[in-house]
Amino acid sequence: MASSLVPPPTTSFFHTKKDLSLSASSQRCQKHASRRVSCSIAAPQQTQRQPSTTGSVKTAMTMTEKILARAAEKEKATPGDNIWVNVDVLMTHDVCGPGSIGIFKKEFGEDAKVWDREKLVIIPDHYIFTSDERANRNVDILRDFCQEQNIKYFYDIKDLSNFKVNPDYKGVCHVALAQEGHCRPGEVLLGTDSHTCTAGAFGQFATGIGNTDAGFVLGAGKLLLKVPPTLRFVLDGEMPSYLLAKDLILQIIGEISVAGATYKSMEFVGSTVESLTMEERMTLCNMVVEAGGKNGVIPPDNVTYKYLEDKTSVPYEPVYSDQQASFLSEYRFDVTKLEPLVAKPHSPDNRALARECKDVKINRVYIGSCTGGKTEDFMAAAKVFLASGKKVKVPTFLVPATQKVWMDVYSLPVPGSGGKTCSQIFEEAGCDTPASPSCGACLGGPKDTYARMNEPQVCVSTTNRNFPGRMGHREGEIYLASPYTAAASALTGYVTDPREFLQ
Amino acid sequence: MSFFSATATVPQNPTFVSSNKLSFSLSSSSPSTSSFNFLSFPSSQSIFCKSITASSQIARAHAPPSPATTTTAASSFHGICYVVGDNIDTDQIIPAEHLTLVPSKPDEYEKLGSFALIGLPDSYTVRFIEPGETKTKYSIVIGGANFGCGSSREHAPVALGASGAAAVVAESYARIFFRNSVATGEVYPLESETRLCEECHTGDVVTVELEENRLINHTTGKEYQLKPIGDAGPVIEAGGIFAYARKTGMIPTR
Repeated sequence: MASSLVPPPTTSFFHTKKDLSLSASSQRCQKHASRRVSCSIAAPQQTQRQPSTTGSVKTAMTMTEKILARAAEKEKATPGDNIWVNVDVLMTHDVCGPGSIGIFKKEFGEDAKVWDREKLVIIPDHYIFTSDERANRNVDILRDFCQEQNIKYFYDIKDLSNFKVNPDYKGVCHVALAQEGHCRPGEVLLGTDSHTCTAGAFGQFATGIGNTDAGFVLGAGKLLLKVPPTLRFVLDGEMPSYLLAKDLILQIIGEISVAGATYKSMEFVGSTVESLTMEERMTLCNMVVEAGGKNGVIPPDNVTYKYLEDKTSVPYEPVYSDQQASFLSEYRFDVTKLEPLVAKPHSPDNRALARECKDVKINRVYIGSCTGGKTEDFMAAAKVFLASGKKVKVPTFLVPATQKVWMDVYSLPVPGSGGKTCSQIFEEAGCDTPASPSCGACLGGPKDTYARMNEPQVCVSTTNRNFPGRMGHREGEIYLASPYTAAASALTGYVTDPREFLQ
Repeated sequence: MSFFSATATVPQNPTFVSSNKLSFSLSSSSPSTSSFNFLSFPSSQSIFCKSITASSQIARAHAPPSPATTTTAASSFHGICYVVGDNIDTDQIIPAEHLTLVPSKPDEYEKLGSFALIGLPDSYTVRFIEPGETKTKYSIVIGGANFGCGSSREHAPVALGASGAAAVVAESYARIFFRNSVATGEVYPLESETRLCEECHTGDVVTVELEENRLINHTTGKEYQLKPIGDAGPVIEAGGIFAYARKTGMIPTR
């Protein structure tokens, strides 16, 4: 599905592997430059293209280094440098916003103004549809602050009984940031949420920060950041029809472990990545933090520009890694050889083939979150339900990430269904009615959160983390999977390889 | 671990007495009457009197994390330790249901502390904070690899600090947890050369000597080398990034 929408690019922006070992800068760590790791069958040779749009290559840099150098108004940025970086967008939400605002006021003064009222994006999304008074108060704190500071982008919700009467309300911040045009190539986005790295799909430097750092940015518009070295992941080959980007990132995290990219940037390139839609690219970058990564990044291309066309009028300037940039390691994957995966409890790197877990009986399925609650994720799940024509055997919870996704679920026709929408297919399959858009039960949340795991059950989920207690119950077990695998598992009541229904 | 490079000059040899909790009060009078105090401590224990305008002498009082713990010598932490394993994520340190608590509000800061490490599975039969208590009796947490992975919630180091813990000694850290620990000055995130989580047991009496990069387990009689905290040390020691940035001239002193 994902690959069919995008014409294959004629060229690739990087050179053959041999060039990677050449470092133009004597200040680079030469000993790391040539390290490569082969993780799968050797991939086809890349076609070459001119190093256009990369500008001067006197100092070869990776995308991440270039973005940070420019934001620091410097000629170059070398991994390990600590530099003051100007921030293009700061995002915060209802969980960390009030604390960040508190620090801002304490440090810069009660009457202080934010550094730029148009560069701050505030998105209530975590604990919205709850009667928890403190959670509701936190959204009130955001609202008061936005009014006081005349913040341009505040996606407010006042009437919790019906999200549809709140035209400004979006939902999950990382998906809303993209849909509202705040993710732009070449810029720096910081957010008080670890999955801020999702926006790297747009060729943006995007990473999660804490309240104190955010409080600093609110007043100063900049932050001291350490330039990360880059790991490069080359994904080649046509995406099999039964795989989604979630399988790719679970493969990678399983390969390098939950700490394999700690302090590092993860750059995704190759013909498979080029064939992915923006939403699939977002899934790939979303989970780099599950490998410890500081940011993930994908070179912008026509797919990116097309997505942005009607979403932003802000001029942006994409950057690309130089041919001779230094990468700490390079990992290559032949995607055609991969199979549907899950991450077993209780770690995102506890990788297994879905078919290896076919005897694992499950109690529920959850489809939602910044990772697996986008329009295409629901389309993918609907495709499996449609292909099977059967009913789910376990409660199947659907939480669209944003109001836009919710509308898509109820309006877009699913290909090959004769014009049915996802919502109709879900209803026929016996799923729960799609819920109000928010972060939902991905991270448990207040006790009355929809679909929260209040019993020690086994759940297949399209979300990003399966730590103990993540979805609510400390003894619950979470299998992370793609929307295909989640839907297939819902149909059988066991962890199930989607090829059982898609072939 | 190099965290902040010395892009500005750090005062030479700042003397500092050990502190379980690091905070700062600005010497200049502030127009702020805010109740926000993100590094606030139990009022009965708050005696912070650091003057950031002082040249190289930093006077700091410390707040004992709990009556059961004492901090004796300069630059050291002494108390009993609580031992956890690898990949202790932020959901285990402070489960998401408690994230409605805003760390910059003093009463909610205290409450966050009472939930520290409450997300650990039931297999941890000895709990970090005993039922009915709001503070921990363990001043040092010893962990394995990748401590603090997961969310960027600053509530995690804050909860540990607010509970009374002074330091975490782990094999390695997830990036954001380490940074948040430094940025807030809530806990010292120290790295060990060896897997101390397999060498120490919950309840062992330990001392961390910061200057000597050493952990002594008095219960077993063994000593272990710690990695130098490097450039992050002065930041934590100053009381977080704001205090450090002001001290070093990165941002104006108010």
